Amino acid sequence: MVEYWQNFFRKNGVALGLFLLISVGSWILLMIVLPQLFMMDFSFRANVPPPQWGTGAHHYTLEHYKYMLYGSAQSTDSYNYVDLSVFGRTILAAIFVTLIDVALCYPVAYYLAHVAKGGWARLMVMSLIVPFWVNELLRAFAFKIMFGSNGIINNSLIWLGIIDQPYDFIRNSVALYSGLSYAYILLMIFPIYNAVESLDRNQIEAARDMGSPWWRIHWRIVIPHAKPGITSGCTMVFMLTAGALAAPQILGGPSSLWFTQIIYQSFNQAGNWARGSAYAIILLATSIIFVLFVMRVFKVKLGEIAR
Amino acid sequence: MTSDHVRKAFSIFFVLGFFTYLFGPLIIMSFTSFNSSSFPRMTPWECFTVEWFDVLTKDDKILDGLKNSVFIGIGVVSLAVPMGLAGALMLTQVKERVRPWYYTIVISPILVPGVVLGISTLLFWDRIGSMFGADRNSLFYDGFFLTIIGQATFISAYTMLVFISRLQRFDRDQEDAALDLGATHVQTFRKILLPFLKPAIASACVLAFLASFENYNTTVFTIVTESTLTTFLAAKVRHGINPSISALAVIIVVITIFGAALHEVLKRRELVAEKNAMLVASGKLSNRKTQRSFIFEPAVLMILAIFVSGIGTAYFAGTMGVEQCKADVLAEKKRVTAQKIKELQEKNKARQAAQQEEAGQSQSQLQNGAATTDKSDRAGTSNFNSIFSTGNLQNQTGTDDEPKAEIEEPDRVGTENFNSIFSTQNLQDQTGAAEPDNDGAGSVEDESSRVGTENFNSIFAPTNLNQQTGSDN
Repeated sequence: MVEYWQNFFRKNGVALGLFLLISVGSWILLMIVLPQLFMMDFSFRANVPPPQWGTGAHHYTLEHYKYMLYGSAQSTDSYNYVDLSVFGRTILAAIFVTLIDVALCYPVAYYLAHVAKGGWARLMVMSLIVPFWVNELLRAFAFKIMFGSNGIINNSLIWLGIIDQPYDFIRNSVALYSGLSYAYILLMIFPIYNAVESLDRNQIEAARDMGSPWWRIHWRIVIPHAKPGITSGCTMVFMLTAGALAAPQILGGPSSLWFTQIIYQSFNQAGNWARGSAYAIILLATSIIFVLFVMRVFKVKLGEIAR
Repeated sequence: MTSDHVRKAFSIFFVLGFFTYLFGPLIIMSFTSFNSSSFPRMTPWECFTVEWFDVLTKDDKILDGLKNSVFIGIGVVSLAVPMGLAGALMLTQVKERVRPWYYTIVISPILVPGVVLGISTLLFWDRIGSMFGADRNSLFYDGFFLTIIGQATFISAYTMLVFISRLQRFDRDQEDAALDLGATHVQTFRKILLPFLKPAIASACVLAFLASFENYNTTVFTIVTESTLTTFLAAKVRHGINPSISALAVIIVVITIFGAALHEVLKRRELVAEKNAMLVASGKLSNRKTQRSFIFEPAVLMILAIFVSGIGTAYFAGTMGVEQCKADVLAEKKRVTAQKIKELQEKNKARQAAQQEEAGQSQSQLQNGAATTDKSDRAGTSNFNSIFSTGNLQNQTGTDDEPKAEIEEPDRVGTENFNSIFSTQNLQDQTGAAEPDNDGAGSVEDESSRVGTENFNSIFAPTNLNQQTGSDN
């Protein structure tokens, strides 16, 4: 160990070595690891006002996790149906949004990588970046404008005679799901595009020459090759969708609360930081379990996901 | 053969649809900022105007938020770029056995939900602050400090990825050669590594700034009492919307297109520089081929031209004939409103007459002597129904769906509230419609602000009270 550090400083010099150690050390300790541990510690403590933090009243308890499961002691329900159903719906909706994004992105990525040619294809790939850099809030706002009862979609549907009353897209969560699919779609298309693009065209040609129909070419050659990209895209989109806050706040209907909104409420409205952090831990744990699950099922490494 | 054509046509159609989905919302939003309608919308188109940009520039809070965002962005860049660089350099130096763990830890902030990062940062520094007994105005509770730290946590991971991909092409022998020739470590770092990393540093800066500028999930927790552009925007979008937000969106879209293009150009230059370096190394090109400054890059020039001409045309078109057009639209609106009010008044009169008749009937029923408990019971529930009933809302929205498209939002609500306060028909319809409706509670929550005021109106409406007492005695 001592030898390693001696070697380290010999290789980098004192100044650079210290810079590396201090930067990386404070990043990992003060910004990544300790805050998470503190949050976890905090989530297991009673909810008392800030002046009493660290005193005896701030004892360890499981009440916030129990609350998530069983609700408050006064309620007559045996489980906390409100929070549990919001949690379940958030996870299911995030999976749903992820699947939509795969279905949308895979054909486009394949098209851009292997069908479209020349400058036109390059321009399309470049232009994909633009919506990604526009603020998440503004993207949600754009959907709110479009899907409003007076929005362009309702107006054109009425004009076309398909419906005669404005359809409430917001209340029926259509706006929310399309907004969420839109919000992180580029984290799906880029990994898939990169993966598909690296496929040797000759493999496709060979399969075609052997008489393989187009769907089998995809199923047996392109999709297996794109698997790391698809996995990476799915992981990112799922995580970001489940942890989204802006889009549900703006586009969410009355009956479609998002789990992050509950966390937000317990911090900013209920003033119950402890419960908020317990819920945040639950969200974090779910995310980690999902990533591990995906890594196991699709047999990819973390390095391939976060690229 | 034909199926091939069909497939080709279908795939082109699909890709077109995809790009429409991608850009349609942004384009529509941009258009709404030039419509003089006080509610952001494309249809009906009223007048072409740039007044919403004026509204925007006069909004001190937006400018304040912008200033804060820029300040935080600079802070994040100056923290996240060195840290990402250190993280990337460290990756090659940690022991083989530790490397996967190290990588997992430093990459994890990208995968952790932003909300969680914000909360943990807030809590951690709060606890640290209280450990040191720092007072509430100190650094540990400062929104700017917390936000910079919170954002830098994951933005460092982004910049690290940029540096890692650049470092993969770095030839370590150069460093060793320099050291062998007697350069110090600092000299080697400054003269060899940094110049090699320069394009990556530039693109990492752009990336970090943009990521910081548009972040919401983390910022909303760490900013405490301050506000950035995004948190301000979120509050504004949630509470009341008018096209000045669209105007802001247009500006941000333009800036981000510019930023994205810049980022792209920097990346491209990096690749070109590398190719040149390789050519130089293989002796095919003379050394020191000067590069154009990026401002002369064709893509940047094109975007600048579009930007300037866009602003120019918008300004000229916006100043011409707006007032006249707006006056016309206003007159038209007034006419329609007046007509609508008249219609409503007539309707109310008719209903009132019908209602009086009905009230007379129920009075006589009352005297017939049904069980009194039953009656009071009914009065109670019906009262409740009317407060929480969808009927209330449906009735309201029902009436305003008819000719309202041309009417400005605020004054529409105004007249309607007015009408509904003094109309008996309001309450009557409610009690009528309330009974079969089961999902009342769900729909009432919707459009909460508007319904809120409306419910209140009907609770305190004099007619409401009248009827209540009327049926009670």
